[in-house]
Order: sequence, then structure tokens, then C-alpha cells
Amino acid sequence: MMLLRRFWAEFRENRIALAALVVVVLVSLLAVFAPLITPQNPYDMTGLSLMDARRPPGFVGSGGYTHLLGTDPQGRDLLSAILYGLRISIQIGLAAGLVALTIGATLGILAAYAGGRIEMLIMRVVDLQLSFPAILLALVLVALLGQGKAQLIGALVAAQYAYFARTAYGAATSERRKDYIEAARATPLAPSRVILRHLLPNCTPPLIVVATVQIANSISLEATLSFLGLGLPVTEPSLGMLISNGFPYMMSGRYWISVYPGVALIVLIVAINIVGDQIRDQFNPRLRK
Amino acid sequence: MSFLSVDRVTRRFGPTLSLGEKIAARLGADVETRAVQAVNDVTLAVEKGRTLGLVGESGCGKSTLGRVIAGILAPSEGAVLLDGQPVMQGTNKVTTRVQTVFQDPFASLDPRMKVGEAVAEGPIAHGLTARAQAAEYVAGWFARVGLDPAWAERYPHQFSGGQRQRIAIARALAMQPDLLICDEPVASLDVSIQAQIINLFLDLRRDLGLTCVFISHDLSVVRHICDRMAVMYLGRIVEEGETGAVFDSPAHPYTRALLASVPELVLDGEELVRFAPIQGEVPSPYDPPAGCHYNPRCPFAQDRCRAEAPALRLLPNGRHAACHFAEELPAG
Repeated sequence: MMLLRRFWAEFRENRIALAALVVVVLVSLLAVFAPLITPQNPYDMTGLSLMDARRPPGFVGSGGYTHLLGTDPQGRDLLSAILYGLRISIQIGLAAGLVALTIGATLGILAAYAGGRIEMLIMRVVDLQLSFPAILLALVLVALLGQGKAQLIGALVAAQYAYFARTAYGAATSERRKDYIEAARATPLAPSRVILRHLLPNCTPPLIVVATVQIANSISLEATLSFLGLGLPVTEPSLGMLISNGFPYMMSGRYWISVYPGVALIVLIVAINIVGDQIRDQFNPRLRK
Repeated sequence: MSFLSVDRVTRRFGPTLSLGEKIAARLGADVETRAVQAVNDVTLAVEKGRTLGLVGESGCGKSTLGRVIAGILAPSEGAVLLDGQPVMQGTNKVTTRVQTVFQDPFASLDPRMKVGEAVAEGPIAHGLTARAQAAEYVAGWFARVGLDPAWAERYPHQFSGGQRQRIAIARALAMQPDLLICDEPVASLDVSIQAQIINLFLDLRRDLGLTCVFISHDLSVVRHICDRMAVMYLGRIVEEGETGAVFDSPAHPYTRALLASVPELVLDGEELVRFAPIQGEVPSPYDPPAGCHYNPRCPFAQDRCRAEAPALRLLPNGRHAACHFAEELPAG
């Protein structure tokens, strides 16, 4: 608890990171409470009117309220669509990140602890996967599994667990050599206890850092897949698909359909990355002043 | 049979080669494929309640031997028996009767576990105390090693080196061992703290009737606390006997050189420090010299020493030494 307080005190000193954290929290709250805030449910096709399609920001539509950020080609209120899109993006990013963290950390720590053939097998598969782009694997998997949230999360996990496995493996191999692990084994304590109570807690700092960055990566991967038309169904546009929907109109002056969802995406990803960088710096004793 | 018997133990460390390295080695690349014999055919015995000192230069294999006796490393050959029971089966330690105190108390305590929990977890796992009584049990051991029982809720980084080593001793003793392996337990502590820990160790040994193996390169500490001592050189035991007798009349040329290399203050003479470093370098453990391992550095080496490895044999004066000419060495 005391460590956590000290960590927070140090975090607060970096104004930019603090601002980024505020942004992340704010965007998350907006996304969570989107149904209460937005004037329109963008996923309810019956509430949409094509008469309102592609209207500029500030347009008062048939619903009688102002479309602050304009409307998309289906007549959705863009602000509502962005908030709902953020909701999906954060859900998927968080779910994929946490599942990948669990699987990756388990495999990495197991490989480091067991050694020998198990280590060889796990780490060669991980290395093989890290040697080609994550997006390629995600693309293939989404194409094979089909559309849907669960499938998308599955594909993102498969594309990203390797980063966690590498990180956990690296941390665990260096911790494993230390005397306290040897002391625990020499007591003797059961391997499960040595791993869960001693090895895992000492491997968490680098995993937290990678998790923050990878959640941002999952969000941008998901947006990329949606932009390419491989993400969620068209009726439930995520941020990537909103950008993709507005793309044909960019050159005809209707910039807002692509630009605003793009800005929302960038703000979220940059903010998460800044927070992640600050956490990494704080965990890295060599960067300490 | 002795309480602790180390029976012809050998421990090799082979390089773990990756597939790529194996192929490279086949193709004639410079890849180290040889194994090191860190401990080479060592036989030892310790009687109940006695303390054996294990001394030697860095890299002589004394720590490895200690880890094999402690059940941390499995012997490549031979066996370690405690009261006639094996300490290890395969690569698993099967007894709690041997416990270890490690050299560096900054590394041997889990930085993320409260020290009280670190002391309690072993006894709870092995049924030496119930979870409900664990706090009381830990408090008892804390008091025993001279720590405030209220400190059980703290983390290792809140303690000094000496206090940490007390915690490490409490953790080992809370397992109620019969045999305690101390791997240079004071080497990383301040000199002023060393004496405190040594005295604590002596008190506990007396009160609990512990049998100990005390690994050290500090000869004065060994002389102070060990009943018997064994001198190691490049994985082999070269001399073993009563501590006082070994110090007074070393039987092996290496023991002589080792004792002479201890710096000595001569207060009433001109010289303030006098010591005789051992001539030459320790040979590579990958490629130890033929015959007696000490022959390239030994002033008394003969042709026989370069051809035939001397066995550790009982001398008329009750000493064990591994030297062909132990009886014929010039006095001094």
C-alpha cells in the first residue's frame, strides 16, 4: 500500500502523464456512460434517417437536436457513434489485453521455470510468431473465424500473447536465478507455490508496462481491422469502421466523417501510451533521477 | 554410520547448448562443449552436533558441494545421506531436515513478501505449525534470533544487512532442521556485524544441538567455530581433520600455502603486514592438470604428482590428506 502511494506521488510529478491519465479516465467514463450521454443510439437502425446523412457539424436534424460533429453516410449522429465506438474499442482492447496477458505470462513464466524442452518448445513458437507482423496473423484469423466480438478478441489475443510471453520469460529468467527462488526451492516448497507466490509477484512490473502499451495496440489493431472491413458488423460501427465509412467523402469536403473518429482514436491511443511510458520510466531504476 | 555422509559425490556442469550451437560445434566453430567438474569424487562425514568447515579459494567448488549437501543441486554421481536417508531423490529434495543460510541476505529474501510470511510459509507448508498459530510461531523465532517480533509485518528492504541475515537464519531454523548449511553467511556483512551474527550462530548451535556445514573463505572464522575442517582445491578435498590440528600442522602443501597466505599484522617488528601469496594461478577447471591438481603450483611436486592423482588417505596422525608425500614434507 505504501509502495503504491509512493508510486502515485512520483507519477503525479509528471504533468503530461497526469494530463494523459485524466484523458484516459475521462474517455473511459464517456465510453462507459455513452448510452446516458448521447442523444441517439447509433446502433438502432430504425432511429436513423437517410435525410440526415452526411450533414456538417452543427446541423439540426430530423430528431430536433444539433449534431455537434455532423452525421455519417447512414445518418448517424457522429458524436454518438464515436462514443459508442470508443466503448467497443475499449472493451475489446481491454479484454484482448488482459486475456493475452494471462496466457502470455503463464507461458513465459512456465518456460522460464521449467527450462529444457518445455522452454524450447514454448519460446520457439513465441519467437516464430514475433518474427512476422501481428496484424498479418490477426487478419488471417479474423478472416477464418468470421465477424463478431469474441472472434475479434480471439484474433487479437493470438496476435499479442507472444509479447507478454517474451516479457514474462525475460523477467522470470533473471528472477529465477536469484537466491530467494533457490531458498524457496530448498525449503522445499511446492513448485506451484514458488511460481505463484515468489516468481510471479516479482515479474509483474514489466508485465504492467507491456500491458498498458499492448491495450493501446489492441485498440489500434482492432481499428485497423475494422477499417479494412474485417472487424465488427456494419450495423455496429467501431471507430475504425467510422473512419473507413467517411473515407470516400474526404476529398469532397465532408472531412468530419473520418476526421473526428480519427482524432478520438489518436487521443485515446496517445494518452494510453504516455501513461504507459511514465509507468515504465518509474519501474526502470536506471532512469531514476 | 555418520550422521551426515557424503558418499563419492561428483557434480558436473555441462554447457546447455542450443540446437544452433550444437551444429556450430559440429562444424568446428569455437563452442565450449566441455563440462566442468565442480565437485570431484568427494567423500565426507560429519558427526551429530559437530560443525565442519569447508574452505578453499573462489571457484574451488565449496559452494557447489554445499548446495549438493543442502539438496539444492542434485549430484551427478554419488549420494548425500542424512541419518541414512537420502537428501534428494532424482532432482527433488525429499527432506526438510537440511536447511540453508545463504551468503547474500539482500538476495535470499523475496523483496515482495513480508518477512514474517517468509519465515512462516515453509513451516505451514510442512505442517510444523498451523496457520492459526503461525504468527506466534514466527514471533518465537524472531525473538530467538534477536529481532523484534513486531517487525514481522515489514518488507526486507526495511532492514539492514545484519537484520536480514537474522531473518534468513530464522527462516532456516523455523523449519526445525537437524543440519544447517551456512554458505558464507557473514561474507557480505560489515565486519562489526559479522561478530554479532557469528555469536548468534554459536548460541543457536549450542541451544538447538545443530549439526553444521560452514562454508567460508575466512580462515579465522573457521578456526573460531568449526570442530573439523576440509580444504578443497579444484573440486577435490585435499585435507580433512580437526581444525586446531590442521592449523597447527597442515599436512598438505596447499593447506600450508593457504594458511600462509592469510595477512598477518606484526606489531612489534618493522613490518606491519606480512603474507605469502600462493604462487601461480588456479588452473582452468575445464582443463585441470593431470595427476595431483595442485602439482603446477606445488614447491614439492615430483614426477609421480604429475602422473598419478593422490587419494585422500588417513595419515598416522589421524589426518586425511591427498598428497603422495604427506609424511615426507619438510617441517614448517
